Amino acid sequence: MFDTALTTADFVFLAKGAGMTIVVTIISVIAGTILGIVFGVIRYQLGAIWAAPLIFVLDIFRSIPLLIQLVLANAFLGTILRLNMSGFTVACIVLSMYTAAYCAEIVRGGIEAVPVTTRRAARSLGMSWGQDMREIVLPLATRVALPSWIGLALGVMKDSALVYVVQVTELLRSTQILITRLQEPLLLLMICGAFYFVISFPLARFGGYLEKRWSND
Amino acid sequence: MFNYTFQWKQAMARLPQMLDGALVTMQVAILSMVLGILLAIILTMFRLSGIRILSAVAKTWVEIARNTPALFQIYMAHFGLGSFGLHLSPFLSILLGITFNNAGYLTENFRGALKAIPDTQTRAARSLGLGAVGAFRHVVLPQMLRISFLPMTNQMVWAILMTSLGVTVGMNTDLYGVTQDLNALTFRTFELFALAAVIFYVITKIVTLGARLIAARLFRY
Repeated sequence: MFDTALTTADFVFLAKGAGMTIVVTIISVIAGTILGIVFGVIRYQLGAIWAAPLIFVLDIFRSIPLLIQLVLANAFLGTILRLNMSGFTVACIVLSMYTAAYCAEIVRGGIEAVPVTTRRAARSLGMSWGQDMREIVLPLATRVALPSWIGLALGVMKDSALVYVVQVTELLRSTQILITRLQEPLLLLMICGAFYFVISFPLARFGGYLEKRWSND
Repeated sequence: MFNYTFQWKQAMARLPQMLDGALVTMQVAILSMVLGILLAIILTMFRLSGIRILSAVAKTWVEIARNTPALFQIYMAHFGLGSFGLHLSPFLSILLGITFNNAGYLTENFRGALKAIPDTQTRAARSLGLGAVGAFRHVVLPQMLRISFLPMTNQMVWAILMTSLGVTVGMNTDLYGVTQDLNALTFRTFELFALAAVIFYVITKIVTLGARLIAARLFRY
């Protein structure tokens, strides 16, 4: 049971896949978070009625399977606009928007968790809107939003397993390629799953810890 | 730059086939959700039982379900079990994979909901003569399901979206699978998948609105 055809070269191949997973995740999470903060603040400032178009668009990203979003974006950018984009770029764009859609909700929830009276107090002390946002809302909202944001970032890492559909060879895809070649699904899947687990589990725990530590009690 | 002719007619002509696929998608999602809720209730009981092995099983299940990609879990159900000589059909693999995922996430939701139910209620139920299981079933469980109704709705939406992963294990009767097969026939990628996206969007909207109506009806008091 323990002899395997897995060679060092295969491990390098897997590691490259894992690297790709991490790179795609980091780019998408950073871009998505920046966009998500912008969307979330706009959403909060405009209110439910004026922000309706934005809410609708963000809701689309949360109601359609990521797989279809990737295929559609690939078809739209590639065949319709005829932009010569690599699968990697398409994957990053789609995952960023996907992250932003969720992040906007988290940001809005965070802002709404800051008591209105606190913000009014800040404004009546002579702070501008920007100062109020930076000095009062940002620190207080972060406490509420950070645990969910960690969950979101981990979710994006797990969902990045789907970018194989635009020809990006990330960890799960490279595992599958090796499975096809070596016919040892269990061992390879175990390695792959362990990798995701090792990254995700401690961070998820840390998020849970922060949530407990920062909850208002 | 915009040198592309949309062929919506071709896509619309396939709409009946795709709606049939949507039915299979709903079938998988609903089955996996029902099984997932049942399993999650069992896992929650494991957790509360105080027996170390049982709570370890529940804990491991939850952590694996939450910390690995859903696609990995589906691969595990298909290829992983396959290497034990247990070859599941694509339908069963996707059902098993999503159910595993649902059960893990729901158990965690239930844990959160349990925190909102005071211990004193269980104690009161026990002192009125209900057994441990009876107290859980008649006092804690209804409240737990009620509190976690919204997370359950979200999980249902997730389950619907996850069915699209079935295509990776060779499922071709669900909405995504049907769309991909049609795409191979016609090469109208954008039109077909846009239509599939609309169907998915409508389904998830119906589910969330329906859940809201049910919640308004069930939780009037």
